[in-house]
Amino acid sequence: MPDTRTRTRTLVRSPGLLVSYAVLVFALLAAVAPGLFTDQDPIAGVPAERLRGPGAAHLFGTDETGRDVFARVVHGAALSLWATLLAVLVSLVAGSALGLLAGFRGGWLDSLVMRFVDVLQAVPSILLSLALVTALGFGTTNVAIAVGVSNLAVFARLMRSEVLRVRTGVFVEAARASGVRWRGVLGRHVLPNSLGPVLVLATVTLGVAVLEVSALSFLGFGATPPTPEWGSLVAGGRGFLATAWWMTTFPGLTVAAVVLATNRVSRALDERGEA
Amino acid sequence: MTRRLLQAVAVIWAAFTLSFVILYLLPGDAALNRLGAAEGGITATPAEVAAVRAEYGLDDPLVVQYGKRLWAATHGDFGKSVMTGDDATGLVFDALPSTLEIAAAGLVLAVLFGGGLAVLGTYTRHRWLGNLLLSLPPLGVSLPQFWVGLVLIQIFSFQLRLLPALGTDGFAALILPGITIGLPTGAIIGQVLAKSLRTQLAEPYVEIVLAKGASRARVHFGHALRNAALPALTLVGVVAGNLLAGTVVTETLFSRDGIGRLTAFAVNSQDIPVVQAVIVLSAFFFVTINLVVDLIYPLLDPRLAGRVTRKAVAAGA
Repeated sequence: MPDTRTRTRTLVRSPGLLVSYAVLVFALLAAVAPGLFTDQDPIAGVPAERLRGPGAAHLFGTDETGRDVFARVVHGAALSLWATLLAVLVSLVAGSALGLLAGFRGGWLDSLVMRFVDVLQAVPSILLSLALVTALGFGTTNVAIAVGVSNLAVFARLMRSEVLRVRTGVFVEAARASGVRWRGVLGRHVLPNSLGPVLVLATVTLGVAVLEVSALSFLGFGATPPTPEWGSLVAGGRGFLATAWWMTTFPGLTVAAVVLATNRVSRALDERGEA
Repeated sequence: MTRRLLQAVAVIWAAFTLSFVILYLLPGDAALNRLGAAEGGITATPAEVAAVRAEYGLDDPLVVQYGKRLWAATHGDFGKSVMTGDDATGLVFDALPSTLEIAAAGLVLAVLFGGGLAVLGTYTRHRWLGNLLLSLPPLGVSLPQFWVGLVLIQIFSFQLRLLPALGTDGFAALILPGITIGLPTGAIIGQVLAKSLRTQLAEPYVEIVLAKGASRARVHFGHALRNAALPALTLVGVVAGNLLAGTVVTETLFSRDGIGRLTAFAVNSQDIPVVQAVIVLSAFFFVTINLVVDLIYPLLDPRLAGRVTRKAVAAGA
């Protein structure tokens, strides 16, 4: 574990990483306390101010009903990021649980779980999530669950291989020999020792999940309008490409910035884990 | 070979089963609502609803439903579209040519740009240029595809008026969708090829070829690239999945007919037979592509052919 000073030094030496952390902090703050960034209403527009270009009064301009695009992006952070986190959480929890079960129990259960995982991977993940959305219905939560399920196979595989690796450890044998029950061994020894790489995978998946969630929201399967969501904001500006470029450009840039920042941070975490 | 074929069939069967579980078991009565609304409006009487249920076999025990649908599916029948009443399989095959067009355009552009970046990025002697070129692929995977497409339309269709924003006809109409769909794929190809080029350039044979007087270009293109390109072939499956996934957003963006738009439309109207047909047929294409790659690979890399024959001999003995 590097001390604070070396950590500060790495941050100063790679300004990209610093900017990435800043982007993520801003995005999270916007999700938790949108009032910090804007006092304009994201839902009710001012018709007199419709389709204004970006400027001092409206940083990202206004849309066709006079709503401030910046306010909508800021207020959209909550739903978009919540959906992303939920998606990763679903993949992480369900995938790890399956992998843990398969790796720990072994035998026919292992084969059964892993065949199921094979099947999940046989269908491209966007088609899988689209099928789930068809069945579950539309809405941000359903989109998040669908994206989560479509990504869980990798987690199950990784968790299983980690469990198989840790299981053979001397300390596990020692715990067994000293009379700890399997459940105790699982919770106290196997799980904590196999979780590291799985958590790194979770941070890597965050970026993917932001993209997939916003793509489904762009296609119109997410929140119902006028509730702002990053993907649907871009979709909403589609009809105004020629006249109001800011309606699509800024929400899109926001998604790109968050994904880039997430990928940069997760790479840094990955490298630190390997070092 | 027989084993591979059996595996391929098993994957398609599994995709069918998974889609059956998701689409026919999960939804509660979403499909039924859809059917009721489509056939008799919102005022469908209980008798009408019951008739529709019976027609779609929704009242049979699950095992029977599954068996019937699986049997029909093996004959290429996934049922009729809830929305249009057309045969779902027919809809998918009608949409296929247009999708193959933009997938091919995307693949060509992806190989050109991804491969180009990787080759130039590792070839240049200017470190900054190399770093710049090789930093583009990771950037490419981070950009939302739907947004890239819109930005392209904005610039090339509305500002510069160079290329059409919509439509299916003509070569020009293929360029923007091609770039949109090829971007993430190109980014993946670029990353993988750059990595394997670097590995190749660090091999001892590079030193020897250079010592024997070959030019850098000769070593780079004649030796390293040839050896590095082969492992990139294993990406074909990933690339095919990526292109297929990209069609949903791309075809919707550019209002092109095709499998992606058909899928988006079917999901939007909860058109279960069409969604299932898309899933199973895409698994079918996926498996076929991988089988073909498996067959071609030994032809390109004779060492593999040797191994297969030896294994076959061992198995036969």
